[in-house]
Amino acid sequence: MRTLRDSTLLRHLLLLVIGVVLVIAMTATFSDYHNYELAQLGAYVCAAAGLTFLTGGNGQVSLGHAALMAIGGYTVALLQTRFSDHGVSGPWVLPVSLLVGMLVTAAAGALFGIAAARLRGPYLAGATLALGVALPGITSHYSGFFKGDQGLFVPFDGPPSGLGTGFTLQHWQAWISLFAALIVLFLLANLNRSAVGRHMRAVRDEEIASALCGLSVPRVQILAFAVSAAAAGLGGGVFAVWLQTASPGSFDLVLSLTLLSAVVIGGLGSLAGAVWGCLLVVYLGTFISDRVDDLGLSAASTAKLHDNLPSAVYGLLLIVVILALPGGIQGLLRRLLALRPRRGTSQPTRSTTQPTGGLS
Amino acid sequence: MTIPIRRRRRAVLAIAVAAALTVTACGSSKKNGGNNATGDKSAPGVTSDSILLGTTQPLTGPAAPGYSKISAAMKAYFAFVNDKGGVNGRKITLNVEDDGYNPANTATKTRKLVLQDKVFALVGALGTPTHTAVLDFVNQNKVPDLFVSSGSRSWNQPSKYPMTFGWQTDYTVEGKVLGDYIKKNFAGKTVCSFGQGDDFGTDGAQGVELTLGQGSLKSKQTYTPTNTNVAPQIGALKAAGCQVVVSFTVPGFTALALGTAAKLKYQPQWVISNVGSDIVTLQGFLKDATTPLLEGAVTDLYMPIPSDSSNSWIKLFQMVNEKYNSNVPFDGNVEYGMAMAYTTVQVLQEAGKDLTRGSLLAAVEKGGLTGPGLVPFRFSKTDHSGYGGTQIAVIHGGVAKLTGPVYTTDDKDAPLTEYTTAPAEAPASGLPG
Amino acid sequence: MSRFVFLTFNGLSFGAVYAAVALALVLIWRTTRVLNFAQGAMAMATAYVAISVSQATGSYWLGFAAALAAGIVLGAIVQLSAFRTAESMPPLNTIVVGVGLLIVIEAVVGMIYGIGYRDFPASFDTQTYSLGSTALFSDQDIFTVVSVLGLMLVLAALLTWTPSGLRMRASAFAPEIARLLGVRVSRMLTLGWALAGLVGALAGMLVIPSGLGLYPQAMDGVFVLGFTAAVVGGLDSPVGAVVGGIGTGLALSYASGYLGSDLTQIAALALLLVVLLARPSGLFSGTEARRV
Repeated sequence: MRTLRDSTLLRHLLLLVIGVVLVIAMTATFSDYHNYELAQLGAYVCAAAGLTFLTGGNGQVSLGHAALMAIGGYTVALLQTRFSDHGVSGPWVLPVSLLVGMLVTAAAGALFGIAAARLRGPYLAGATLALGVALPGITSHYSGFFKGDQGLFVPFDGPPSGLGTGFTLQHWQAWISLFAALIVLFLLANLNRSAVGRHMRAVRDEEIASALCGLSVPRVQILAFAVSAAAAGLGGGVFAVWLQTASPGSFDLVLSLTLLSAVVIGGLGSLAGAVWGCLLVVYLGTFISDRVDDLGLSAASTAKLHDNLPSAVYGLLLIVVILALPGGIQGLLRRLLALRPRRGTSQPTRSTTQPTGGLS
Repeated sequence: MTIPIRRRRRAVLAIAVAAALTVTACGSSKKNGGNNATGDKSAPGVTSDSILLGTTQPLTGPAAPGYSKISAAMKAYFAFVNDKGGVNGRKITLNVEDDGYNPANTATKTRKLVLQDKVFALVGALGTPTHTAVLDFVNQNKVPDLFVSSGSRSWNQPSKYPMTFGWQTDYTVEGKVLGDYIKKNFAGKTVCSFGQGDDFGTDGAQGVELTLGQGSLKSKQTYTPTNTNVAPQIGALKAAGCQVVVSFTVPGFTALALGTAAKLKYQPQWVISNVGSDIVTLQGFLKDATTPLLEGAVTDLYMPIPSDSSNSWIKLFQMVNEKYNSNVPFDGNVEYGMAMAYTTVQVLQEAGKDLTRGSLLAAVEKGGLTGPGLVPFRFSKTDHSGYGGTQIAVIHGGVAKLTGPVYTTDDKDAPLTEYTTAPAEAPASGLPG
Repeated sequence: MSRFVFLTFNGLSFGAVYAAVALALVLIWRTTRVLNFAQGAMAMATAYVAISVSQATGSYWLGFAAALAAGIVLGAIVQLSAFRTAESMPPLNTIVVGVGLLIVIEAVVGMIYGIGYRDFPASFDTQTYSLGSTALFSDQDIFTVVSVLGLMLVLAALLTWTPSGLRMRASAFAPEIARLLGVRVSRMLTLGWALAGLVGALAGMLVIPSGLGLYPQAMDGVFVLGFTAAVVGGLDSPVGAVVGGIGTGLALSYASGYLGSDLTQIAALALLLVVLLARPSGLFSGTEARRV
């Protein structure tokens, strides 16, 4: 097994295959509703993986990743509608839409990255926050094209007949979503281990030194934004397919903050952490809400707790994890399994800029 | 020999993931408590003594003011019917899910009702932008989608969406009747519209232009429910010199429009769609300014005026409201919920003891239903729209008064027809015949 | 012309609120180098306190005062609990703590009060005075601008002319030296947060009446715009916060009035990016050193 230890690509390919097998096995046994939840998980994982790549791997905070998802989602919706209007169908239609969605979002991400390349710390956070809040407004303004709050339908072909008549739509959605997530994880994992990943971490940890070594800091940052945006765009496209609509309400500030929570709680910078975080965010919420329902309180109290207790728990977890457990769930797992730290740490080691209070 | 660390890690991670997911799957399947009836394929949600219905409602969010009372009223009427033995021996349970008037939430909650709760049918799902998001899903899953609480024409597409039925008067029909009144009473004045930026607003404006004439609306301003600053739009209406404003707004935004116009010292003739003109709801926002701001405002109603206690239907609903709805203030929203629940019970009864989804749809399409409406239903195999007309009402001194004839019309360019049949009286027992 | 006048006064009124939020953020940034993402949520929570106290005592102004007092207390509590640990950590951590706190505060408020809209009346009459057919401003608008400017002047006087103010500035400017000279630096930092909480609470009380009512997410939009204003003005500069706030208010008012109200957020984003492209640390920022 020396080849496995030496070859990153083979190792990741093996994980990918295991992942595919796991997905097929799980979705075959789950009920329709659970497959529906799994599809949501897949969409979140795509975007969260991108976010952890950007924020953990490159040190750029993004509070507006839902806006990037929106770009992907709406692109897919528009393309699928055009295809459907012209009667185009076939198994390649949806992958093409998703791919185009990814590319468009990557371009948008690169564009924003160019604008944001000079920004650091809170200024970058502010700019991404403004982006996250502003982008859905475009759908209201051009409501003739984007159908405003109502949103766009996402028509897509059901499962191919070769899979049998018992293969439900929810099962198919789970497959699309989870396979997309596996692909994103695979690609980002390889990127992390490559020169690109090393450059990104170098810029994150020691910006000036990296520049002195000949790295073009803005170029690395823009690339990071573009890649992260591509992942988010795919997540958004899958999200639109899952909900069968693309509307501004799906891609609001709450989603951006949820993605950030997932990524931090799971372990910033770690792709496995992104998966744990998304699992938590998707399943813990329903788990808590259902326990609340079981308590049998008055209708008013149940409603208040049902909607809010999950958020309160996430928020608390977020604070506790970032203050006490900086490695998140993945960090905790690593310590419990007594594993060596990976080569090339994925955790940010230092802040990049910290203007001192005394000198400004 | 010891297994290399990396392989151990891989194996552990894979097992952990699978275990976690299986655990959550098992855990969440146990949680289906009493509100999940099972049944056979043609009648999920129906057992020998119960029927499970579902609905998505804006219990919170920008459309909640007023509309949040509808589902409680529906439940109250169902409780009344259950106390009298239910429908063919079956008690009705209504699962209400809050979507906050956000189409993304509607998509999730509807799937929960259909896939997890396995309801027999959806009843009264509320909202034009919200329910449009789930039309495909609901029809793909062959769930009867009765009496959508909205006046959009999307619910009337029997060939594309055979499971979906409207109930209230279409916005286009409303617009035609309102436009006709404007033509007869405010001829020569500049007319504009202020509506929600989706099918609700566009259908309504379209209806007005069908009777007033194409292009007769000088300015068409829109709002989104997520943005409460309507000063720019009202300012634009004032700048365009609009003397009559037709508004297709949910109650919260009617209040915002009226209040903002008052602040800008702008006093057009307001013509307000039925869904946004309930006086009790508006009073919650405008308080003492309600009566002066609504003075002379024109609206339309297709059911008796909620404050008309001499009407047999209002008497019935007020009695149910007192006993089963904690005697909340009785307004147009409570009346709406109970009237819709009444129609639901009617079709459930008509569908018979052998209750299946097919028999339910047949019962609706059979037509011939009566109820508190001032106009008849148009249900048939080829028409899923619901009430087909309305009557003008003018508000004076904080009270609405019906005026003029009752009109029926279609949602294309047919002329208005007067409907002269007197509305039916409420049944003595309070239950449909 | 009359539209322009109305939009100008409208913009000034909202601008004062954004300036208040921006000032609160700047106060905290200057003293502890933390960006408080929970500022808006804290202001919202104090508004709920106002409702509870008003209902209990029957007096609007007692509720108002209670909100301001709650702002002071909440600011101090938040700093002493969550942010004290975070202050020494990389900036990302403080951002995340702020976001976490935002989520927690909104959720807790929702659990106590429910997430429906609560009636939230304005402090003064909202009918506008007019010159002929031109609508000008209302009593509420005057109160908004006057109270925000007044509070700022009081704070400026406090910081410049009182011994405590001097100690606060010393703690922010050179904490080690201040400590050596006997200043209780940590207490001064907490005081800074408390004052920021006060300013934020005032902003909340002034702006929430203009919407459909009070609900847990009521201050989210205002916070984003106040944040924009602070960033535009430069996080280190209180003057920048005020100028940024008023400027943002005016720019957005004109944008929504002439271009359409759905473009407000996009206009804010455009404003932010344009300013930051020219001056990445805001309009009134000084030069900063970075540790290499």
